[in-house]
Amino acid sequence: MVKVDLDKVREIVEKVKKETLEEGDILINALHMIQDYYNNFVPPEAAEEVAKLLNIPASRVYEVLSFYSMFSIKPRGKYVIRVCKSLPCHVTGGREVMEALKEKLGVEIGETTEDGLFTLETTSCLGLCGVAPAIMINDQFFGNLTPEKVGEIIDNFRGDKNAKE
Amino acid sequence: MAVSTNTILICAGGACISAGEKSVKQVLEEKLREYALDGVVRVVETGCMGACDLGPIVAVFPEGVYYQKVNTENVKKIVEEHILKGRVVEEMLFEGPQGKIAAEVYEEHPFFKKQVKIATRNLGIIDPMNIDEYIARDGYFALTKVLTEMTPEQVIEVVKKSGLRGRGGAGFPTGLKWEFTRKSQSDKKFVVCNADEGDPGAFMDRSILEGDPHTVLEAMTIAGYAIGGQKGYIYVRAEYPLAIERLKNAINQAREYGFLGENILGTGFSFDIEIRIGAGAFVCGEETALINSIEGKRGQPNVKPPYPAQKGLWGYPTLINNVETFANIPPIIIKGADWFASIGTETSKGTKVFALAGKVKNTGLVEVPMGITLRELIYDIGGGVPNNKKLKAVQTGGPSGGCIPAEYLDTPVDYESLKELGAIMGSGGMIVMDEDTCMVDVAKFFLQFTVDESCGKCTPCREGTRKMLEILEKITRGEGEEEDLEKLEELGKIIIDSSLCGLGQTAPNPVLSTLKYFRDEYEAHVKEKRCPAKVCKDLIRYVIDSEKCVGCTACARVCPVGAISGEVRKAHDIDPEICTRCGSCIEVCRFGAISKVSP
Amino acid sequence: MPKVKSLEDLMKIKEQALKDLKMRGSQKRGKIVVAMGTCGIAAGAKETLKAIVEALNKNNITDVAVIQSGCMGLCEVEPTVEVRMEDQNPVVYGHVTPEQAERIVKQHVIEGKIVSDLVVRKGEV
Ligand SMILES: Cc1cc2nc3c(=O)[nH]c(=O)nc-3n(C[C@H](O)[C@H](O)[C@H](O)COP(=O)(O)O)c2cc1C
Ligand code: SF4
Ligand code: SF4
Ligand code: FES
Ligand code: FES
Ligand code: FES
Repeated sequence: MVKVDLDKVREIVEKVKKETLEEGDILINALHMIQDYYNNFVPPEAAEEVAKLLNIPASRVYEVLSFYSMFSIKPRGKYVIRVCKSLPCHVTGGREVMEALKEKLGVEIGETTEDGLFTLETTSCLGLCGVAPAIMINDQFFGNLTPEKVGEIIDNFRGDKNAKE
Repeated sequence: MAVSTNTILICAGGACISAGEKSVKQVLEEKLREYALDGVVRVVETGCMGACDLGPIVAVFPEGVYYQKVNTENVKKIVEEHILKGRVVEEMLFEGPQGKIAAEVYEEHPFFKKQVKIATRNLGIIDPMNIDEYIARDGYFALTKVLTEMTPEQVIEVVKKSGLRGRGGAGFPTGLKWEFTRKSQSDKKFVVCNADEGDPGAFMDRSILEGDPHTVLEAMTIAGYAIGGQKGYIYVRAEYPLAIERLKNAINQAREYGFLGENILGTGFSFDIEIRIGAGAFVCGEETALINSIEGKRGQPNVKPPYPAQKGLWGYPTLINNVETFANIPPIIIKGADWFASIGTETSKGTKVFALAGKVKNTGLVEVPMGITLRELIYDIGGGVPNNKKLKAVQTGGPSGGCIPAEYLDTPVDYESLKELGAIMGSGGMIVMDEDTCMVDVAKFFLQFTVDESCGKCTPCREGTRKMLEILEKITRGEGEEEDLEKLEELGKIIIDSSLCGLGQTAPNPVLSTLKYFRDEYEAHVKEKRCPAKVCKDLIRYVIDSEKCVGCTACARVCPVGAISGEVRKAHDIDPEICTRCGSCIEVCRFGAISKVSP
Repeated sequence: MPKVKSLEDLMKIKEQALKDLKMRGSQKRGKIVVAMGTCGIAAGAKETLKAIVEALNKNNITDVAVIQSGCMGLCEVEPTVEVRMEDQNPVVYGHVTPEQAERIVKQHVIEGKIVSDLVVRKGEV
């Protein structure tokens, strides 16, 4: 379980406040930053702290967290893989790419690999239909994919982790 | 139409350029114009022809005659003698070793030919991180003109007169919207740019933000001046991090130069812009949902009226326009309403950016005058369907739109004509589908999208679309019954009539339009349990043609479930009970022995 | 940067920027523009950019600038690269993999010969 550092949460909220010109609309921005900080999820403790800091009921924070598909209150992998499942990607081979990813990672959609590295999710169109099929891994994009290419990409990310440790 | 009878190639390799190719070309073109040949004879620059020491080289085709050391004087002879009289100019003929010379024609990619770029005028041309390059292409001149020479009313008048309509989907006249917002009484007003681009198959807004962020900032500031607003928000979906980065940079630069902030250009007008980021909810593209999202709430739509122009962000009058709509504003201000209105059709002025995706050779973004036909778009610019497949249908307008069958390819593309066909212009996504696409599957796809993205606020949208999806799934499984088709139509009508926002109101369109144009395909699924395009897994079988199979065993090795049996060098066989229709075997058989059949 | 206060200020910036865009008066002999929209990046533009910089370094070419732009919209041929050498028409190349990028630097930038098989567009837009 991740230990939640409430000072850090406060710091983030302060920072977001400073960056915006208007009050009262910083909830979503703050949650984005907290989610980035905790590697792809918003811990409940942090969510509650945000509610306190912004003087709003915790239920409103949870409402927002559950409404938007990019937020998660469950821990996710270090890399969240979002596979486009919209039509242009589908007709150009997206289905095969999805199958290849499932097989390569050994997980189904919505699951995280045992080593905690990857979470597999779907997304609607990423606006990369010109280079379909496409996927997004955290903030990076990959297009013109084939089952072989996604295999290589996953290998690269795995290697990346080894390099950093 | 002018037909080119001759093509003159002029070498534009490094050596020939330094030997004076540019001025030769100029004289050549002048001379052709003088004899009114400029429509008939094409002049094309080529790469190095491999005879640099004798350059500049000019070649005349189709004869294939090469001339050497051409200069601004003797080039005239080529026109007067060769082109006009058909006599080869002997003394200029290329003398180098035969075979040494080779001319290559660079044809501009046909993709660029019919395009007219207004909203995308700077894409790929300027460095989006550098405000100076935007200024070099007349950036911020429109803002300067507006703030120093025009009243807000005059600005609105120009936008109205240009005939510009919203590019975000509904096609509402932009000038009118500006006027309504201006007329709403309030000391505080907002301008919002809708960059939530969620329609599958659309990516023009992303490209504009990434390639030319300043145009959106400039237009929003102009809009702010016109409606009497003080602040702008750009709502960008979180899936576009690069667009967000470029916008942030652009905002900082614009502030530095004084195009944003207090007292812009010393005129006393103040305006600033901030970015708001979405979080993965398609419905947030709907304007009232978007406002809720900016306010930090769940992005669910509200009942209209009141419209945002009356009561928007935090209850203040708010102008919402799409990215592409804004990108048209600066050129309209600079070049005038009449110029813009002269492009396009009677009711649809200007250009539209389309995103060509799916089964089309040249996928990408194209900006064309309204009224161009689908055929021109898909064949002349898009290069047609790859692999010699037949075009089956074009889907426009994403999940709110419809499928247009190949018979209607000569329809002009404008708001009204598309609507008549049961499709819509939408945001400009254009998904091309070939004969291998199953229309029931496509309808199912879009419905799946709506079911996923419905915000759940109203029952017809939430439950109705789910119900329709279930029926479609049933049909593609081969369990459809005849009354299902009527049921789909009935449900569709109910959802359209009783949903709260545009998402629900348009969700049935993909189903209804495919039912209208491809009913036989639905019927094949329902009555004959057959998928004519051989897509629906439950209705197809993979079979091996024993005549063609040489027994290479490749397929048996690749089949993940071991459905294929057979001895080496003997015909193989697929057990349909085990086969999961994954399609792997078809890919590996080099003898074309495996095929899909639908009874 | 002082704030822009008038049309004259703006004109001045434009003139200077136009010169820079066309490169007249600057120290550089040319520039290579890599289209870096998300689509281009997804198709591999980052690797292409890297390969170009490496190829230039390897050949000690310092008078050619490498910059980025948005995309010109033809996703099909991404990654795309524009080569703009002094006194020459700019050329846009498509399908520029790292290997092709190296070829472009060698053949076009160094030898002045257009790599005809990769040309997508030529000339000023
Ligand atoms: C479900 C739904 C999604 C929408 N998504 C978008 C979108 O992604 N981008 C957009 O500009 N408009 C979108 N719209 C249309 C907006 O509500 C609004 O009409 C538009 O932003 C107005 O700008 P325009 O007049 O410049 O087109 C959507 C509408 C609906 C009903
Ligand atoms: S129509 Fe659908 S998306 Fe729109 S408000 Fe109703 S439930 Fe939400
Ligand atoms: S389609 Fe897939 S499961 Fe069926 S026989 Fe071929 S490889 Fe095996
Ligand atoms: S459909 Fe996959 S990126 Fe657009
Ligand atoms: S093994 Fe039968 S054709 Fe390939
Ligand atoms: S949209 Fe940029 S090249 Fe495709």
